[in-house]
Amino acid sequence: MSISRSLTSLLLLCLLVLAPMAQAQSTDSEATALLQALADSSYAQKKDVIAEIAGSGDERARGWLEAFANGKLSRIEDSGQFVIVLSNRGRNWTVADALSGESLGEVSRRDLDSIRINNALRNELDGILSVIDLTVANPDTRLAAARDLRGEVDAPLAERIDGLLQTEDNSDVRAALTKALAIYQVEQGDVAAVAILDGSLNARARVALNGAAQSDDPELAAAAAQALKNIETKLKINSAAETLYFGLSLGSVLVLAAIGLAITFGVMGVINMAHGELIMLGAYTTWGMQQLLPGQPGLALILSIPAGFLVAALAGIAIERSVIQHLKGRPLETLLATFGVSLILQQLVRTVISPLNRTVITPEWMSGSLMVNEALSLTLNRLYVIGFALVVFAGLMLIMRKTRLGLEVRAVTQNRAMARSMGIKATRVDILTFGLGSGVAGLAGVALSQITNVGPNLGQSYIIDSFMVVVFGGVGNLWGTLVAGLSLGTINQVLEPWAGAVLAKIVVLVFIILFIQKRPRGLFPQKGRAAEG
Amino acid sequence: MSIFQELTNRDRVFEFLTPAASPVDVRHGPILYLEDVNVSFDGFKAINNLNLTIDDGELRCIIGPNGAGKTTMMDIITGKTRPDTGSVWFGSRHNLLTMNEPDIATLGIGRKFQKPTVFEALTVFENLELAMATDKRILPTLTARLTGEHRDRIEEVLHLIGLAELRYREAGILSHGQKQWLEIGMLLMQKPRLLLVDEPVAGMTEQEMERTAELLTSLAGKQSVVVVEHDMGFVRSIARKVTVLHQGSVLAEGTMDQVSNDPKVIEVYLGEGA
Amino acid sequence: MVASTLNTSKPWLLRPFNERSTQLFLGILFGAVALVTLLHLVFPEGHALHVSAYTVTLLGKYLCYALLAVAVDLVWGFLGILSLGHGAFFALGGYAMGMYLMRQIGDRGVYGDPVLPDFMVFLNWQELPWFWHGFDMAWFAFAMVLLAPGLLALVFGFLAFRSRVTGVYLSIITQALTFALMLAFFRNEMGFGGNNGLTDFKDILGFDLRSDATRLGLFIATGIALAIGYVICRGIVLSKLGRVSVACRDAEARTRFIGYRVDRVQLFVFVVSAMLAGVAGALYVPQVGIINPSEFSPLFSIEVVVWVALGGRATLYGAVIGALLVNYAKTVFTGVMPDAWLFALGGLFVLVTVLLPKGIAGLLQRRKKAEDSDNVAGQEVTA
Repeated sequence: MSISRSLTSLLLLCLLVLAPMAQAQSTDSEATALLQALADSSYAQKKDVIAEIAGSGDERARGWLEAFANGKLSRIEDSGQFVIVLSNRGRNWTVADALSGESLGEVSRRDLDSIRINNALRNELDGILSVIDLTVANPDTRLAAARDLRGEVDAPLAERIDGLLQTEDNSDVRAALTKALAIYQVEQGDVAAVAILDGSLNARARVALNGAAQSDDPELAAAAAQALKNIETKLKINSAAETLYFGLSLGSVLVLAAIGLAITFGVMGVINMAHGELIMLGAYTTWGMQQLLPGQPGLALILSIPAGFLVAALAGIAIERSVIQHLKGRPLETLLATFGVSLILQQLVRTVISPLNRTVITPEWMSGSLMVNEALSLTLNRLYVIGFALVVFAGLMLIMRKTRLGLEVRAVTQNRAMARSMGIKATRVDILTFGLGSGVAGLAGVALSQITNVGPNLGQSYIIDSFMVVVFGGVGNLWGTLVAGLSLGTINQVLEPWAGAVLAKIVVLVFIILFIQKRPRGLFPQKGRAAEG
Repeated sequence: MSIFQELTNRDRVFEFLTPAASPVDVRHGPILYLEDVNVSFDGFKAINNLNLTIDDGELRCIIGPNGAGKTTMMDIITGKTRPDTGSVWFGSRHNLLTMNEPDIATLGIGRKFQKPTVFEALTVFENLELAMATDKRILPTLTARLTGEHRDRIEEVLHLIGLAELRYREAGILSHGQKQWLEIGMLLMQKPRLLLVDEPVAGMTEQEMERTAELLTSLAGKQSVVVVEHDMGFVRSIARKVTVLHQGSVLAEGTMDQVSNDPKVIEVYLGEGA
Repeated sequence: MVASTLNTSKPWLLRPFNERSTQLFLGILFGAVALVTLLHLVFPEGHALHVSAYTVTLLGKYLCYALLAVAVDLVWGFLGILSLGHGAFFALGGYAMGMYLMRQIGDRGVYGDPVLPDFMVFLNWQELPWFWHGFDMAWFAFAMVLLAPGLLALVFGFLAFRSRVTGVYLSIITQALTFALMLAFFRNEMGFGGNNGLTDFKDILGFDLRSDATRLGLFIATGIALAIGYVICRGIVLSKLGRVSVACRDAEARTRFIGYRVDRVQLFVFVVSAMLAGVAGALYVPQVGIINPSEFSPLFSIEVVVWVALGGRATLYGAVIGALLVNYAKTVFTGVMPDAWLFALGGLFVLVTVLLPKGIAGLLQRRKKAEDSDNVAGQEVTA
């Protein structure tokens, strides 16, 4: 490793020295000769050829080397023409001329002769490519290259970086280069450089500091140890933040899944075991939308929000009208009947669509992640789900508190006969409330489709958790559901690292079972005589 | 665990070993004693510094407008609701706040609910059988056999409450008044020292009311009876001493005449300016 | 109920034998078991009237389910507690039996270890976990069949009933309980064979499990167990405790105010029921030859409830009818068109609860009702 590393550095050194003066384009014939050498020589010789290409100062050199590293530099067998493979799907590959860059269309893969590479070379190429990038005009490329250098620097390269630092005007790139250099300096026993690495979350920086902390120089060892300690603290904070984020994300999923239940079970007192399947319907609506609008996953997703709500709400109302209304005042029978409905819905999806999971595409603006620092990045889709859950919650709160429907729902809940005699159509309120609760389940499904598999069992895996959340939070209390969902999600994620995912889930379930026995009415119980009934 | 004791302690299976007299100690004063009791639900004060004393053998009527805390008071005495502060004593020995409902019931406090609750799926006979004062722990209940003595006692009560003809019919088919009577019969089977009777004549005919009044007055003396009732005519017909509750505390206490002439009571019942 | 008031001078366990419905039930059960045994033994294989060993075992499995359904009906029908976790007690009894059967394999396993079951050798375990000790002895294992589910029910029930968790809340947490146990038993670290469970059994009490005679023996044993379980349940129902249970079911507060410890009543009946479920599980395992965590699945437990609902709640014999019918239908359906089974089962849940709230037994009773009310007067005289 160290031999190859110093070799690389040597190459890099001459490269960096040469690069500024050799900006001129080498002629095509020279270039072809180089590529031919690359193709025909042994692995040992290839190393020198690579150096030669890198040092040629040819603008196209980076493209060649990159293609070579990825195994996409090929030669057409008959003509000996060098090409870069743009797409290697199927039998015919799209290629472009390596020299002119012009597209040559599709060529049968059999006619192509890939230039072979091994892992040792590939490693070396990575280093070379990043050094080439240090001198390009685009500051982002330079920054990425500077970051890649961390832990790869040695004596000759350090000198070169020193030189680059004089001319570099982008502060980010300068910082990255300084850090890369500092790692090298700490390795060499430079106490002053330790300060630069203090607080850095980079793994290589920590390796360097760890080494320094073992050193015989007490001053250096102490400084490095202190820096390591600081880093450790920072890492802990970051990992705590990450756990919290995952916890909130899981929690918001639970809130979404449970909040509709909080309305149908908590407010109406109806046990709907098919609630999970309504979530599933929402998720399948998203999938269906994307099938209808191929190529526009984002638009489909946004349209799925009202569509998912509508589909689930209508399904919910159908369940209410056909089954639940006949079982009023018989909660245990309602539970059984709706469980039957859930079996039918699941089987329906299995039969009509497929028993296998469907893929729902995550639109571009939702994929990727938000990089907070080197140790902490937040995946965007989960961030969106958290936001979505809060919006849905706020919306429901608003409906229940500020609208006529909310008022009527609360009236019917508290005293059905009285509400009726005051002219409230209790049946209509039942339908609307159940529709609302079911619709929210649909919304949960739309959100879930972005972070989990969409399959017939989707709902089943959430139904027990959802009930736990509602019961834990206190039936009939939307705030309770929010707090319970978020805290259960967080507890689960906090437990997971040292208990494992399954055990964490078991622990949470047992915790709730015990909690219910201590406080049968949940976190936020309804008090008074009415609650006793 | 007390279950274990229950399983091993077999001596109380035999009827003659159970103590005949209730252990309630009334030698030093009242049978029921409530002092400075407070209960609130979500900030609403249902009972507010309530003080109440019932003497042994007394028949007491409690009246008061809706929301005066009558039912909550019964909940507290029978152990269903725990007060926030205050003390509740049964005789001078038993602190009711440390006991649960079955223990309080076994000790000798019987309760009739506002809405008649009988076991509708069981027959009238069985309803009375379950209420009968016997060993009510698990294994004795499992192995219990109906003796001739038990049967006589049940028959006696059946005749007293006028349901002898219906003894083998399910309680669910009884009329509202009959259910009230059955529930009173169950109370009698319990042989309680103190009866708490919540609205005993609701839904009864004039004739039935008279019989109820007769029954309750005949009980007083041997047992203490607390009657909560809305029907003023009924109260007047049985009452010796009346307590008026208002907003969770005692507003007035005395004979029916004293109470009904009290200006505070008139104000509460008829509103200001009356 | 009328008859129950009248014969209460007998010891509680003998009362069921005076009852027409129990006599009829036991008669039909023993008659059927005897008939199957006879048809299996007398007619040679291939004969039209021969009952194959496969069918005998299948019927044995149904009888196990019937016993489980009786246990569920005892708590649901008479105590009003809808347990969605009785599969857990069934499975625990099954695992206790499975552990005994595993230890009986001895060194005949694939890896030939004289003590460790195959899956432990596979997981590189060096010694037997503490909770596997003793299961090589039949008496200990059979005691655990009762104690393991009984203890779980005792602890869970004690906590739940003391805090007065009832109704749908209780149903939901019993479901969570069996779900948590399922997740736990799926873990290899638990020491119960993880995903695959316990299987490859060789013999029970020295009898080869693959022989037809053993299978027939197990079938008969299951029939007897069902009869005993039924009589115990019926005895409880006919006792004063049974009437107290019904009282708890219909008016819990009232029961408390006449002096019964409702939580103790619930706990007692719940534990008895759990133990019966455990016995059912224990008899089930040697007949199907495997026990794995899927028996803990919430779906199975709730399916049991629908057997009871179909047969008719609070009758006990209804539970048996329901269990036999649904499972026979399941066997037929899954053979002919497997996809339709869940539709049928789901539809059954809905139809029974909405249209047939008293189940099949309710239909039978409706016809009998008229006769009964005529007889009341006559019975009073004999009392």
